[in-house]
Amino acid sequence: MKLFNVKNLIRLLVLMVVYGIIQYLFINKAINPFYMMTLVLVCIYIILAVSQNIITGFTGQLALGHAGFMAIGAYMSALVVVRMQGSLVAGIIFGALMAAAAGMLIGLPTLRLRGDYLAIATLGLGEIVRIFFLNMDYLGGATGFSVPKTIDWTWAFWLMALSVFLMSSFINSSHGRACISVRENEIAAEAMGINTTKYKVMAFTMGAFFAGLAGAIYANYMYLIHPGTFSFLKSFEILAMVVLGGLGSITGSVVGAGVLTIISAGLADYPEFRMVIIALVMIILMVYRPNGLLGNKELKLDFLRIKKKG
Amino acid sequence: MKTKKIFTYLIVALLSFTLLAGCSPKAPTDQPAADVVKIGGNFELTGGVAEFGKKGENGAKLAIKEANEAGGVLGMQIEYVGADNKSEAGESTAATTKLATQDEVIGIIGPMTSGNTLAAIPVITEYGIPLVTPTGTNSTLTVTEAGALNDWVFRACFIDPFQGEVAANFAMDTLGATKAALVIDQKGDYAKGLAASFKETFEKAGKEIVASEQYVAGQDTDFRAILTNIKNKQPDIIFIPGYYNEVGMIIKQARDAKIDVAILGGDGWGTGPIVDIAGKEAMNNTYYVDHVAADDPALADFAAAFKAEYNQDADSFAALGYDAAKLLIAAIEKAGSTDKEAIRVALETMSGFAGISGDINVDSATHNPQKSASILKFVDGEKIFAARVDPK
Repeated sequence: MKLFNVKNLIRLLVLMVVYGIIQYLFINKAINPFYMMTLVLVCIYIILAVSQNIITGFTGQLALGHAGFMAIGAYMSALVVVRMQGSLVAGIIFGALMAAAAGMLIGLPTLRLRGDYLAIATLGLGEIVRIFFLNMDYLGGATGFSVPKTIDWTWAFWLMALSVFLMSSFINSSHGRACISVRENEIAAEAMGINTTKYKVMAFTMGAFFAGLAGAIYANYMYLIHPGTFSFLKSFEILAMVVLGGLGSITGSVVGAGVLTIISAGLADYPEFRMVIIALVMIILMVYRPNGLLGNKELKLDFLRIKKKG
Repeated sequence: MKTKKIFTYLIVALLSFTLLAGCSPKAPTDQPAADVVKIGGNFELTGGVAEFGKKGENGAKLAIKEANEAGGVLGMQIEYVGADNKSEAGESTAATTKLATQDEVIGIIGPMTSGNTLAAIPVITEYGIPLVTPTGTNSTLTVTEAGALNDWVFRACFIDPFQGEVAANFAMDTLGATKAALVIDQKGDYAKGLAASFKETFEKAGKEIVASEQYVAGQDTDFRAILTNIKNKQPDIIFIPGYYNEVGMIIKQARDAKIDVAILGGDGWGTGPIVDIAGKEAMNNTYYVDHVAADDPALADFAAAFKAEYNQDADSFAALGYDAAKLLIAAIEKAGSTDKEAIRVALETMSGFAGISGDINVDSATHNPQKSASILKFVDGEKIFAARVDPK
């Protein structure tokens, strides 16, 4: 697949139009800073949801440690930016790479577990990461770690676009198909000569890398990172976005992350009902659409209609 | 299919409600309404410490209601705009941004915890909005670790180190203790701050900390291992600066383990049914430092009004939420305008403000109020006012 084919150019054009419209509205004060913050959070959650989807939706591994990888990315990028006076780019890359390294290290032993056991193991590992940072006084400890705000909407949007592009390219490659075969039937995949452990670790590492990237964006945008932010509830929140959008659909994860984040922000004036309504949306959706908003279909741009996947 | 249709309508209805809800309160950006003063509240309404946040918000709302009934401030009515930070730092940043840029408030009350207040500080500094936290007691909120003053942050309570200092002085002077043990919640900055100042004051006076044990709040329920360690060191008193749930369990297990010495703590004790958890017997010979005492006559009117309004018992969180709102309103009155910089200066130079939790004089160098602390004692399950300690 060539990088500069017509399809990708159209995608880029659409992204530029979306970016341009929002930037134009913001400059003309039609979008206030609170909604701008919500949009940046949507970008962060899109990266998190899509990367969780690579692991859970496409490779079929129920891993619940995403908040942990996000925390590693956040704290490591903050370490580079604040403590070592490094540049933002260096911080983001270092954060993402450290998360990927942790993902690989954790993935090798734990991905031999299946289903519930893997969920429990990754849940525990996510908590270990959080408690590790809670006790690291060098990185703020229980008080939280202040990081200057250097990320803006432009950074967040294009990093999100690049991440989603890279992850969808991965899924559409032969490696991606190998991951899907692991989800469909692990024994059959193995019989066909696919090294299932290798592909599971590959998907897990990739998911961790982008979770770390999202964490790095979060750290450099939100002024303060606090270990409490990266509790297992955050992992569940990300998983809820994936399931809401549809397991095994990248555009589904994008929609799921957008819907949940915007509902939460839009209802900020009704704090008493906010959580109730979010819970209601999820219950109704799961009753009437157990496969999520998009199931495992993708929203395709070229025909602007829903098309069944391959 | 019929169900499919219902589903579609429901989702569309919910989502459009969300969008409308987000759009509707967008006030005209350039001209704030002339006859209304907007005060924001950033509180923990959901999540782990929602109990404190709700009490604080109710206290603040009561203060605003009373002020409105007395004619408002500067001849204008006060409008309260609430926001929920879900007891989480990132959400606190978002909630503050909402109050600052969407609702365009001229002052913010809350959050209750130090961590969430810390997350709000960059936002209020960027937009120049004075913030009064009712119970954010960590010392780094107003003066950073580097020693710089956070211009826009104020508080209605005394700071953590003061509680530890009060407890240490009380232990030495009144209880005659020479050996103390600490039991610290390793998860909370609150407990760590109190323990550090207790230790400093206690050791400075030539006394000894014989044991320092740690636990994790919300997780640990069995404290017998750490209590056995403490018992072997034979301290005169034990200082447990945690929240009521774990402290209640620790006290119960300590008494079961035949540790009969006095146990001291901070205001985190007074926030819940600690006596129900530990038992009346076990709570004898325990003391804690608090901002207010319930049998304080100055508090009686407030407690009655609070009970009448919300059908809840007022506690120190409610009283300090009330004081924080009153302090902000007094500052607006003193500034004589709704200009945010003028309000900030008025808060910084505030003196002789008669709060229900004690008279408040704001120290302009640190933004910390100088006020007195109460020591409460448990006798057969009842909290009794034991002593009042003025700042040294």
